[in-house]
Amino acid sequence: MKPGLPNLAEIWVYLAATPLFGLTLTLVAYVAADALYQKFDKHPFANPVLISVSGVVAVLTLSGVPYQTYFEGAQFVHFLLGTATVALAVPLARLWSELKARALPLLCAVALGGAASVLLAVGTATLLGASPVFVASLATKSVTAPIAMGIAEQIGGSPTLAAVFTLMTGICGALMATPLLNALGMKDWSARGYAVGVAAHGMGTARAWSVHPRAGAYASLAMGLHGILGALLLPYVGKWVIGFVA
Amino acid sequence: MLRGLALLLVFQSLGEVAVRATGTVVPGPVVGMVLLFVFLVARKNPPESLVQAADGLLSHLAIFYIPAAVGVMLYAKPLAEQGLAWFAAIVVSTLGAMLLPALLLKRWLGNQPDTPRGESATSSEGTRR
Repeated sequence: MKPGLPNLAEIWVYLAATPLFGLTLTLVAYVAADALYQKFDKHPFANPVLISVSGVVAVLTLSGVPYQTYFEGAQFVHFLLGTATVALAVPLARLWSELKARALPLLCAVALGGAASVLLAVGTATLLGASPVFVASLATKSVTAPIAMGIAEQIGGSPTLAAVFTLMTGICGALMATPLLNALGMKDWSARGYAVGVAAHGMGTARAWSVHPRAGAYASLAMGLHGILGALLLPYVGKWVIGFVA
Repeated sequence: MLRGLALLLVFQSLGEVAVRATGTVVPGPVVGMVLLFVFLVARKNPPESLVQAADGLLSHLAIFYIPAAVGVMLYAKPLAEQGLAWFAAIVVSTLGAMLLPALLLKRWLGNQPDTPRGESATSSEGTRR
Protein backbone atom coordinates (compact mmCIF):
# COMPACT_ATOMS: atom_id res chain seq x y z
CA MET A 1 0.00 0.00 0.00
CA LYS A 2 1.28 3.44 -0.94
CA PRO A 3 1.80 5.78 1.99
CA GLY A 4 -0.95 8.38 2.37
CA LEU A 5 -3.43 6.35 0.35
CA PRO A 6 -5.92 4.81 2.76
CA ASN A 7 -6.78 1.18 2.31
CA LEU A 8 -10.28 1.41 0.89
CA ALA A 9 -11.11 -2.22 1.59
CA GLU A 10 -10.30 -1.75 5.25
CA ILE A 11 -12.41 1.37 5.50
CA TRP A 12 -15.28 -0.45 3.80
CA VAL A 13 -15.07 -3.38 6.21
CA TYR A 14 -15.20 -0.95 9.11
CA LEU A 15 -18.06 1.13 7.72
CA ALA A 16 -20.20 -1.82 6.64
CA ALA A 17 -20.12 -3.16 10.20
CA THR A 18 -21.21 0.06 11.94
CA PRO A 19 -24.79 1.27 12.37
CA LEU A 20 -23.82 4.28 10.27
CA PHE A 21 -23.92 2.13 7.13
CA GLY A 22 -27.50 0.88 7.48
CA LEU A 23 -28.77 4.28 8.55
CA THR A 24 -27.05 6.14 5.72
CA LEU A 25 -28.08 3.58 3.12
CA THR A 26 -31.73 3.77 4.19
CA LEU A 27 -31.86 7.57 4.12
CA VAL A 28 -29.95 7.95 0.86
CA ALA A 29 -32.10 5.30 -0.84
CA TYR A 30 -35.27 7.01 0.35
CA VAL A 31 -34.17 10.53 -0.64
CA ALA A 32 -33.24 9.28 -4.11
CA ALA A 33 -36.48 7.28 -4.48
CA ASP A 34 -38.58 10.20 -3.27
CA ALA A 35 -36.88 12.51 -5.79
CA LEU A 36 -37.81 10.05 -8.55
CA TYR A 37 -41.38 9.83 -7.20
CA GLN A 38 -41.70 13.63 -7.37
CA LYS A 39 -40.06 13.73 -10.79
CA PHE A 40 -42.64 11.27 -12.15
CA ASP A 41 -45.41 13.44 -10.68
CA LYS A 42 -46.21 10.88 -7.93
CA HIS A 43 -47.01 8.15 -10.42
CA PRO A 44 -48.11 5.06 -8.44
CA PHE A 45 -45.53 2.83 -10.13
CA ALA A 46 -42.74 5.15 -8.97
CA ASN A 47 -43.60 4.07 -5.41
CA PRO A 48 -40.80 5.31 -3.13
CA VAL A 49 -40.89 2.23 -0.84
CA LEU A 50 -40.66 -0.17 -3.77
CA ILE A 51 -37.77 1.75 -5.36
CA SER A 52 -35.76 2.28 -2.19
CA VAL A 53 -36.25 -1.31 -1.00
CA SER A 54 -35.08 -2.63 -4.39
CA GLY A 55 -32.07 -0.33 -4.16
CA VAL A 56 -31.14 -1.40 -0.63
CA VAL A 57 -31.58 -5.10 -1.43
CA ALA A 58 -29.39 -4.68 -4.52
CA VAL A 59 -26.63 -2.93 -2.52
CA LEU A 60 -26.73 -5.54 0.26
CA THR A 61 -26.70 -8.46 -2.19
CA LEU A 62 -23.83 -7.04 -4.25
CA SER A 63 -21.75 -6.04 -1.23
CA GLY A 64 -22.49 -9.23 0.70
CA VAL A 65 -23.57 -7.35 3.83
CA PRO A 66 -26.08 -9.50 5.74
CA TYR A 67 -29.53 -8.15 6.57
CA GLN A 68 -28.84 -8.35 10.30
CA THR A 69 -25.85 -5.98 9.98
CA TYR A 70 -27.89 -3.59 7.87
CA PHE A 71 -30.72 -3.66 10.39
CA GLU A 72 -28.41 -2.61 13.24
CA GLY A 73 -28.28 0.81 11.62
CA ALA A 74 -31.72 0.82 10.03
CA GLN A 75 -33.42 -0.02 13.33
CA PHE A 76 -33.40 3.67 14.25
CA VAL A 77 -35.62 4.36 11.26
CA HIS A 78 -37.67 1.24 12.01
CA PHE A 79 -38.24 2.38 15.58
CA LEU A 80 -39.83 5.63 14.41
CA LEU A 81 -42.53 3.62 12.63
CA GLY A 82 -44.14 3.17 16.05
CA THR A 83 -43.88 6.89 16.83
CA ALA A 84 -45.35 7.76 13.43
CA THR A 85 -48.24 5.36 14.14
CA VAL A 86 -48.99 7.24 17.37
CA ALA A 87 -48.79 10.52 15.43
CA LEU A 88 -51.69 9.37 13.22
CA ALA A 89 -53.99 10.35 16.10
CA VAL A 90 -53.35 14.05 15.39
CA PRO A 91 -55.04 14.25 11.95
CA LEU A 92 -57.75 11.84 13.14
CA ALA A 93 -58.65 14.03 16.13
CA ARG A 94 -58.99 16.96 13.73
CA LEU A 95 -61.69 15.00 11.85
CA TRP A 96 -63.55 13.88 14.96
CA SER A 97 -66.85 15.76 14.46
CA GLU A 98 -67.04 14.58 10.86
CA LEU A 99 -66.21 10.97 11.78
CA LYS A 100 -68.95 10.76 14.41
CA ALA A 101 -71.55 11.56 11.75
CA ARG A 102 -70.15 8.92 9.39
CA ALA A 103 -69.44 6.14 11.89
CA LEU A 104 -71.90 3.59 10.50
CA PRO A 105 -70.89 3.65 6.81
CA LEU A 106 -67.21 3.68 7.77
CA LEU A 107 -67.55 0.69 10.10
CA CYS A 108 -69.56 -1.26 7.51
CA ALA A 109 -66.92 -0.50 4.86
CA VAL A 110 -64.04 -1.80 6.98
CA ALA A 111 -65.98 -4.96 7.92
CA LEU A 112 -66.86 -5.61 4.27
CA GLY A 113 -63.30 -5.02 3.10
CA GLY A 114 -61.85 -7.19 5.87
CA ALA A 115 -64.21 -10.08 5.08
CA ALA A 116 -63.46 -9.81 1.35
CA SER A 117 -59.73 -9.83 2.06
CA VAL A 118 -59.79 -13.03 4.16
CA LEU A 119 -62.18 -14.94 1.87
CA LEU A 120 -60.43 -14.02 -1.38
CA ALA A 121 -56.91 -14.58 -0.02
CA VAL A 122 -57.69 -17.97 1.51
CA GLY A 123 -59.84 -19.00 -1.46
CA THR A 124 -57.33 -18.06 -4.15
CA ALA A 125 -54.34 -19.52 -2.31
CA THR A 126 -56.17 -22.81 -1.64
CA LEU A 127 -57.35 -23.04 -5.24
CA LEU A 128 -53.77 -22.64 -6.48
CA GLY A 129 -52.44 -25.27 -4.10
CA ALA A 130 -50.57 -23.18 -1.53
CA SER A 131 -49.38 -25.04 1.58
CA PRO A 132 -51.51 -24.70 4.78
CA VAL A 133 -48.87 -22.46 6.41
CA PHE A 134 -48.96 -20.13 3.41
CA VAL A 135 -52.77 -20.07 3.41
CA ALA A 136 -52.94 -19.21 7.12
CA SER A 137 -50.25 -16.52 6.74
CA LEU A 138 -52.14 -14.97 3.82
CA ALA A 139 -55.42 -14.74 5.78
CA THR A 140 -54.13 -11.78 7.80
CA LYS A 141 -52.51 -9.84 4.95
CA SER A 142 -54.74 -6.76 4.97
CA VAL A 143 -54.18 -6.08 8.66
CA THR A 144 -51.21 -3.90 9.67
CA ALA A 145 -48.04 -6.02 9.98
CA PRO A 146 -47.49 -6.19 13.78
CA ILE A 147 -51.10 -7.32 14.36
CA ALA A 148 -51.06 -9.67 11.37
CA MET A 149 -47.98 -11.45 12.75
CA GLY A 150 -49.67 -12.17 16.07
CA ILE A 151 -52.88 -13.44 14.50
CA ALA A 152 -51.12 -15.57 11.89
CA GLU A 153 -49.37 -17.45 14.66
CA GLN A 154 -52.69 -18.13 16.39
CA ILE A 155 -54.31 -19.61 13.27
CA GLY A 156 -51.46 -21.85 12.17
CA GLY A 157 -49.46 -19.48 9.98
CA SER A 158 -45.92 -18.15 10.24
CA PRO A 159 -45.36 -14.65 11.69
CA THR A 160 -42.45 -13.96 9.36
CA LEU A 161 -44.38 -15.03 6.27
CA ALA A 162 -47.33 -12.93 7.49
CA ALA A 163 -45.03 -9.91 7.72
CA VAL A 164 -43.75 -10.52 4.20
CA PHE A 165 -47.29 -10.87 2.83
CA THR A 166 -48.53 -7.72 4.55
CA LEU A 167 -45.63 -5.79 3.03
CA MET A 168 -46.39 -7.17 -0.43
CA THR A 169 -50.06 -6.30 0.09
CA GLY A 170 -49.11 -2.74 1.03
CA ILE A 171 -47.05 -2.33 -2.14
CA CYS A 172 -49.73 -4.01 -4.28
CA GLY A 173 -52.44 -1.74 -2.84
CA ALA A 174 -50.32 1.39 -3.25
CA LEU A 175 -49.75 0.49 -6.91
CA MET A 176 -53.37 -0.35 -7.79
CA ALA A 177 -55.16 2.37 -5.77
CA THR A 178 -55.01 5.26 -8.23
CA PRO A 179 -55.93 3.34 -11.41
CA LEU A 180 -58.68 1.36 -9.62
CA LEU A 181 -60.30 4.32 -7.86
CA ASN A 182 -60.13 6.42 -11.02
CA ALA A 183 -61.79 3.60 -12.96
CA LEU A 184 -64.59 3.58 -10.37
CA GLY A 185 -64.98 7.34 -10.82
CA MET A 186 -64.41 8.07 -7.10
CA LYS A 187 -64.32 11.83 -6.55
CA ASP A 188 -64.33 11.95 -2.75
CA TRP A 189 -60.81 12.04 -1.22
CA SER A 190 -62.10 10.70 2.08
CA ALA A 191 -63.73 7.63 0.49
CA ARG A 192 -60.71 7.04 -1.75
CA GLY A 193 -58.29 7.18 1.16
CA TYR A 194 -60.50 5.03 3.34
CA ALA A 195 -60.72 2.23 0.74
CA VAL A 196 -56.93 2.24 0.36
CA GLY A 197 -56.43 2.09 4.14
CA VAL A 198 -58.81 -0.87 4.49
CA ALA A 199 -57.02 -2.93 1.83
CA ALA A 200 -53.41 -1.84 2.09
CA HIS A 201 -52.75 -0.55 5.67
CA GLY A 202 -49.48 1.33 6.25
CA MET A 203 -47.96 1.49 2.81
CA GLY A 204 -51.31 2.32 1.25
CA THR A 205 -51.68 5.02 3.89
CA ALA A 206 -48.23 6.40 3.07
CA ARG A 207 -49.27 6.58 -0.59
CA ALA A 208 -52.55 8.30 0.36
CA TRP A 209 -50.69 10.90 2.48
CA SER A 210 -48.43 11.76 -0.42
CA VAL A 211 -51.45 12.36 -2.65
CA HIS A 212 -53.88 14.30 -0.43
CA PRO A 213 -54.07 15.07 3.32
CA ARG A 214 -57.73 14.05 3.58
CA ALA A 215 -57.06 10.77 1.80
CA GLY A 216 -54.16 10.20 4.19
CA ALA A 217 -56.19 10.90 7.32
CA TYR A 218 -59.02 8.60 6.21
CA ALA A 219 -56.55 5.90 5.20
CA SER A 220 -54.97 5.99 8.67
CA LEU A 221 -58.41 5.72 10.24
CA ALA A 222 -59.23 2.68 8.10
CA MET A 223 -55.88 1.07 8.90
CA GLY A 224 -56.38 1.59 12.64
CA LEU A 225 -59.96 0.29 12.63
CA HIS A 226 -59.04 -2.71 10.48
CA GLY A 227 -56.18 -3.46 12.86
CA ILE A 228 -58.41 -3.37 15.93
CA LEU A 229 -61.21 -5.32 14.22
CA GLY A 230 -58.67 -7.86 12.96
CA ALA A 231 -57.10 -8.33 16.38
CA LEU A 232 -60.53 -9.00 17.90
CA LEU A 233 -62.16 -11.15 15.19
CA LEU A 234 -59.56 -12.63 12.84
CA PRO A 235 -58.29 -15.31 15.24
CA TYR A 236 -61.80 -16.85 15.06
CA VAL A 237 -62.95 -15.77 11.58
CA GLY A 238 -59.62 -16.75 10.02
CA LYS A 239 -59.72 -20.24 11.48
CA TRP A 240 -63.33 -20.68 10.43
CA VAL A 241 -62.72 -19.51 6.85
CA ILE A 242 -59.66 -21.75 6.49
CA GLY A 243 -61.63 -24.73 7.84
CA PHE A 244 -64.51 -23.95 5.53
CA VAL A 245 -62.58 -23.29 2.30
CA ALA A 246 -59.46 -25.38 2.63
CA MET B 1 -41.31 20.35 17.81
CA LEU B 2 -39.21 18.61 20.50
CA ARG B 3 -42.03 18.93 23.01
CA GLY B 4 -44.36 17.39 20.47
CA LEU B 5 -41.94 14.53 19.85
CA ALA B 6 -41.63 13.96 23.59
CA LEU B 7 -45.41 13.83 23.89
CA LEU B 8 -45.60 11.27 21.07
CA LEU B 9 -42.99 9.10 22.79
CA VAL B 10 -44.88 9.35 26.09
CA PHE B 11 -48.04 8.06 24.42
CA GLN B 12 -46.09 5.35 22.60
CA SER B 13 -44.74 4.23 25.99
CA LEU B 14 -48.21 4.33 27.54
CA GLY B 15 -49.39 2.12 24.69
CA GLU B 16 -46.61 -0.39 25.32
CA VAL B 17 -47.39 -0.42 29.05
CA ALA B 18 -51.09 -1.03 28.34
CA VAL B 19 -50.27 -3.92 26.00
CA ARG B 20 -47.88 -5.56 28.48
CA ALA B 21 -50.40 -5.13 31.29
CA THR B 22 -53.32 -6.68 29.40
CA GLY B 23 -51.51 -9.14 27.13
CA THR B 24 -53.45 -8.29 23.95
CA VAL B 25 -52.17 -8.88 20.40
CA VAL B 26 -52.82 -5.25 19.45
CA PRO B 27 -49.41 -3.57 19.03
CA GLY B 28 -48.34 -0.88 21.51
CA PRO B 29 -48.18 1.99 18.98
CA VAL B 30 -51.79 1.31 17.89
CA VAL B 31 -52.94 1.51 21.53
CA GLY B 32 -50.80 4.65 21.91
CA MET B 33 -52.56 6.14 18.90
CA VAL B 34 -55.98 5.42 20.42
CA LEU B 35 -54.91 6.96 23.77
CA LEU B 36 -53.53 10.07 22.09
CA PHE B 37 -56.72 10.33 20.03
CA VAL B 38 -58.87 10.28 23.17
CA PHE B 39 -56.56 12.83 24.81
CA LEU B 40 -56.80 15.18 21.82
CA VAL B 41 -60.57 14.89 21.45
CA ALA B 42 -61.00 15.67 25.16
CA ARG B 43 -58.59 18.61 24.95
CA LYS B 44 -60.12 20.19 21.80
CA ASN B 45 -57.03 22.07 20.48
CA PRO B 46 -53.82 20.06 19.96
CA PRO B 47 -50.57 21.78 21.09
CA GLU B 48 -48.80 23.43 18.15
CA SER B 49 -45.56 21.54 18.83
CA LEU B 50 -47.43 18.23 18.57
CA VAL B 51 -48.96 19.20 15.22
CA GLN B 52 -45.47 20.08 13.93
CA ALA B 53 -43.93 16.82 15.11
CA ALA B 54 -46.82 14.76 13.70
CA ASP B 55 -46.74 16.54 10.34
CA GLY B 56 -42.99 16.02 10.13
CA LEU B 57 -43.28 12.27 10.73
CA LEU B 58 -46.36 11.73 8.56
CA SER B 59 -45.15 13.65 5.53
CA HIS B 60 -42.49 10.96 5.04
CA LEU B 61 -44.35 7.97 6.44
CA ALA B 62 -43.02 5.73 3.66
CA ILE B 63 -39.39 5.82 4.87
CA PHE B 64 -40.23 4.02 8.12
CA TYR B 65 -41.33 0.89 6.21
CA ILE B 66 -38.01 0.43 4.42
CA PRO B 67 -35.97 -1.47 7.07
CA ALA B 68 -38.72 -4.09 7.62
CA ALA B 69 -39.47 -4.39 3.90
CA VAL B 70 -35.82 -5.09 3.08
CA GLY B 71 -36.23 -8.21 5.28
CA VAL B 72 -38.12 -9.79 2.37
CA MET B 73 -34.67 -10.73 1.00
CA LEU B 74 -34.38 -13.35 3.76
CA TYR B 75 -37.39 -15.28 2.42
CA ALA B 76 -36.51 -15.30 -1.27
CA LYS B 77 -36.37 -19.12 -1.44
CA PRO B 78 -39.68 -20.25 0.13
CA LEU B 79 -41.42 -17.40 -1.66
CA ALA B 80 -40.05 -18.46 -5.05
CA GLU B 81 -41.33 -22.01 -4.55
CA GLN B 82 -45.01 -21.05 -4.20
CA GLY B 83 -44.76 -17.87 -6.23
CA LEU B 84 -47.97 -18.04 -8.24
CA ALA B 85 -50.25 -18.98 -5.33
CA TRP B 86 -49.32 -16.17 -2.95
CA PHE B 87 -48.93 -13.59 -5.68
CA ALA B 88 -52.38 -14.28 -7.11
CA ALA B 89 -53.92 -14.45 -3.63
CA ILE B 90 -52.48 -11.03 -2.72
CA VAL B 91 -53.51 -9.33 -5.96
CA VAL B 92 -57.06 -10.76 -5.97
CA SER B 93 -57.78 -10.15 -2.29
CA THR B 94 -56.24 -6.66 -2.21
CA LEU B 95 -58.34 -5.75 -5.23
CA GLY B 96 -61.50 -7.06 -3.55
CA ALA B 97 -60.71 -5.43 -0.22
CA MET B 98 -60.32 -2.05 -1.90
CA LEU B 99 -63.10 -2.33 -4.49
CA LEU B 100 -65.96 -3.31 -2.15
CA PRO B 101 -65.47 -0.60 0.54
CA ALA B 102 -64.97 1.97 -2.25
CA LEU B 103 -68.28 1.02 -3.92
CA LEU B 104 -70.10 0.93 -0.58
CA LEU B 105 -68.86 4.41 0.41
CA LYS B 106 -69.54 5.79 -3.05
CA ARG B 107 -73.20 4.80 -2.75
CA TRP B 108 -73.64 5.62 0.94
CA LEU B 109 -71.78 8.93 1.21
CA GLY B 110 -72.54 10.20 -2.28
CA ASN B 111 -69.76 10.82 -4.74
CA GLN B 112 -69.07 14.53 -4.26
CA PRO B 113 -65.58 16.10 -4.37
CA ASP B 114 -64.76 16.83 -0.75
CA THR B 115 -61.87 19.30 -0.88
CA PRO B 116 -62.73 21.52 2.10
CA ARG B 117 -62.28 25.22 2.62
CA GLY B 118 -59.17 26.84 1.18
CA GLU B 119 -57.48 23.63 0.13
CA SER B 120 -58.71 23.47 -3.44
CA ALA B 121 -56.05 25.74 -4.92
CA THR B 122 -53.03 24.05 -3.36
CA SER B 123 -53.47 20.37 -2.67
CA SER B 124 -56.12 19.25 -5.12
CA GLU B 125 -54.32 18.50 -8.33
CA GLY B 126 -56.11 18.60 -11.66
CA THR B 127 -56.37 14.83 -11.89
CA ARG B 128 -57.29 12.56 -9.02
CA ARG B 129 -54.50 10.18 -8.34
